[in-house]
Amino acid sequence: MTGVMIVAIVIAFALIGWIVTRARATRLGIEAGRLATNSRPSQHGWYVALWTALPALAFLAVWANVMPGLIFETVLATPAAQSLPADDFSRNAILAEASAIASGAQSGAFNAQSIPLVEPFRAATARYSTIGAILAAILAFAGGAYAFSRVRPSFTARNRVERVVMWTLLLASLIAIITTAGIVASLLFESVRFFSMVNPFDFLFGLKWSPQSAAMGYGNDDAFGAVPLFWGTIFIGAIIAMVVAIPLGLMSAIYLTQYARPQTRKWMKPMLEVLAGVPTVVYGYFAALTIAPALRALAAGVGIPGASSESALAAGLVMGVMIIPFVSSMADDSIAAVPQSMRDGSLAMGATTSETIRKVLIPAALPGVVGGVLLAVSRAIGETMIVVMAAGLAANLTLNPFASVTTVTTQMVQLLTGDQEFDSAKTLAAFALGLVLFVVTLLLNIVALRVVKKYREAYE
Amino acid sequence: MMSEAIPSPEAVKIRPARVPTDWKGEAMNRRIARRYAAERRFRLLGLCAVLVSAGFLAFLLISMIAGGARGFTQTQIALPIDFPRSPMLIDPAMLSTNPDQVLANANLPQVIEQSAVTAFGKSAGDYISSGGVAAVRKAILADPGILSRKVTITVPASEGIDLAAKSDGNEANEAAVARLEQAGALSTGMNLGFLTASDGTDPTSVGIWGALKGSLLTMAITLALSFPIGVFAALYLEEYAPRNRWTDIIEVSINNLAAVPSIIFGLLGLAIFLNMMHLPRSAPLVGGMTLALMTMPVIVIAGRNAIKAVPPSIRDAALGIGASPIQVVFHHVLPLALPGILTGTIIGMARALGETAPLLMIGMRAFVASPPGGIADPATVLPVQIFLWSDEVGKGFIEKTSAAIIVLLIFLLTMNSIAIYLRNKFEKKW
Repeated sequence: MTGVMIVAIVIAFALIGWIVTRARATRLGIEAGRLATNSRPSQHGWYVALWTALPALAFLAVWANVMPGLIFETVLATPAAQSLPADDFSRNAILAEASAIASGAQSGAFNAQSIPLVEPFRAATARYSTIGAILAAILAFAGGAYAFSRVRPSFTARNRVERVVMWTLLLASLIAIITTAGIVASLLFESVRFFSMVNPFDFLFGLKWSPQSAAMGYGNDDAFGAVPLFWGTIFIGAIIAMVVAIPLGLMSAIYLTQYARPQTRKWMKPMLEVLAGVPTVVYGYFAALTIAPALRALAAGVGIPGASSESALAAGLVMGVMIIPFVSSMADDSIAAVPQSMRDGSLAMGATTSETIRKVLIPAALPGVVGGVLLAVSRAIGETMIVVMAAGLAANLTLNPFASVTTVTTQMVQLLTGDQEFDSAKTLAAFALGLVLFVVTLLLNIVALRVVKKYREAYE
Repeated sequence: MMSEAIPSPEAVKIRPARVPTDWKGEAMNRRIARRYAAERRFRLLGLCAVLVSAGFLAFLLISMIAGGARGFTQTQIALPIDFPRSPMLIDPAMLSTNPDQVLANANLPQVIEQSAVTAFGKSAGDYISSGGVAAVRKAILADPGILSRKVTITVPASEGIDLAAKSDGNEANEAAVARLEQAGALSTGMNLGFLTASDGTDPTSVGIWGALKGSLLTMAITLALSFPIGVFAALYLEEYAPRNRWTDIIEVSINNLAAVPSIIFGLLGLAIFLNMMHLPRSAPLVGGMTLALMTMPVIVIAGRNAIKAVPPSIRDAALGIGASPIQVVFHHVLPLALPGILTGTIIGMARALGETAPLLMIGMRAFVASPPGGIADPATVLPVQIFLWSDEVGKGFIEKTSAAIIVLLIFLLTMNSIAIYLRNKFEKKW
């Protein structure tokens, strides 16, 4: 009997309990009269259904974790297991193989010793899953019967069911905390392991990045200097992309809010938003296939040395375009928040619209715009696919936008794809990079939100 | 010309009698013209910014469509095959009992190669794609009678011929195409295999069905996890949560999660789901769970805004006639907020559908040549498939990548249009 079937049976029990109880509660309610009943019939139904399903499902969840251990112990106690090698490693390998064959995940055996164990495995699995199913059924029935016996008009089923609902809602909102804690814990844990192999100072301030040589056994000492990666990330995400995104985004926002007719605005704004909805892998493909070769040809034509087919400029340009709608909508919000009276005052003094925008609106909206730009930077430096596909892997410390640079996210993908041993400094380095990225984006967001909030308060 | 706001007494004394401003004078006219020109320039600059952005979008879409449209077509060759004379090892009697086994051993690749050489001359075996075997097999299964005579079967052309026929090939292949065209053997057909096949090594026979199915399974997991959790969390935070330190922590972490780079979620999935919980690698189950954590904050934020927009009078009315707080929310607030929540959910799902980086982290970049059978099977998803194909060296993969991008964009545009439609249709002004 499979796990899915057992769960289905428990849920079917709960459904039957719900229907039966509802009918009974309806009858009792009619007998007792409306005012004497505490809860509605369906709430009694839910009470019974919850008592049927929850204990049984909780038991099944525990059982699913306990069962493999029980099965192993039973199999080890069989006569066929007496001849197994004594050391844990090879014994466990044989046992794992036998269990894989028994469950059908593997068809043939590498190790002859595992074959006689297959039958005991099957028998033990069948026995324990039957026991589990029977226990779950008994629990479901007992729970349902207990709850059903309490159904009477004065019973406070509603309060009890609602308490369960409330706990469910609370648990759902706690998932966010658990996720955050999970991110921080996993990043910290693996980073600490990394920093036990590599000096944090070397990592943060080293100028040479060559994890491949570390993996080949040349030592970890000066292979994990991440400064070239940080520079590449800043160069692409915070400099080139922003040089594209800030003027275009800001001017688009100004034009659409201050000049464009409502009809034009209605069409243009969603179209800009489409730019934000295009998946990053599409941008990356576009940057690598169309923009990068064109830029390299341009650089070769003008005579700039060091032009590469994977250039910082191609990745940064395309990333900037991706960020335009983001900057534009942040600028839009902050300009809209400038009080109308300031605008009116400037126009009444005889300033033209553009003078009002440049001398009044933008200075007044500047904190909001800056906050928006910081948010945009935090998004740009965390962006992965565009740089993976278009920025290259060479860790160069260069100011030449036509040269190839690499970024934090590119290297994370590079380190973690392919062969993974979880103990090598090479894979753990990805978590250290992730930690740096997480902390930096977090700080940028906190600062940006604080700036934006301060600015909003100034005009409220 | 400008006067100070508060002139000092000496300044007032020294200043000569004020000359009235000459509003009609030439200097003033020049100045006004200059200011108006600046105004026009500024306005033009704004228009240019919008047009550059729009132009980039148009350029991107057009280049994808132009490149990808060819990926949906396929060059085909009408190949005459003389079965009785071919080096075919087949027993027609066995064909009815166990056709797959018999045809797998029937030496079809050599049959095709020899027929091609007979029909089109030396080295013509290279003209036919490896997908030709499947076409011939299908023809034999449809009518086993052809085994006793000479027939012409339409088979897909190889990568080189396909590219040459679409005018992007090398010289040798161009010449071959010219020869084939003279023989009247070339035709262009819809590449239906692109929508039904999975990943492969030969660009003429790859398809996206495997990736699409992987995407659908992953999205199903994401939706099943993130929607209830997101809606419940939004309801709790907006309707019931007491104002205290814990609630603040929950709110801060949700807002933070919405801004965490997606690749960090991939690291989380790798560390927790794969290395701690030992869930299957590159499976839609793990991909869906990872993306669900990423989508949940989006749904919570959209959900809270939608719930906030439901006027308090509705809650007061329900409470006033004796509904419990839970009944108020589940019978009245939630149904009214649902369109807004759904809009946010669809937008979040669209973002998850286009997401690549976290899935690379949890190993969904494996070469998977068959569609996944369930949520625990190795699978790939559409964006990752695009990434994998873009890395391929073969020139034939370029158009396939663009074609896959078109399919992905169609899905995303459809989802976003549904979201906009929902918003417009159900948006209520209270």
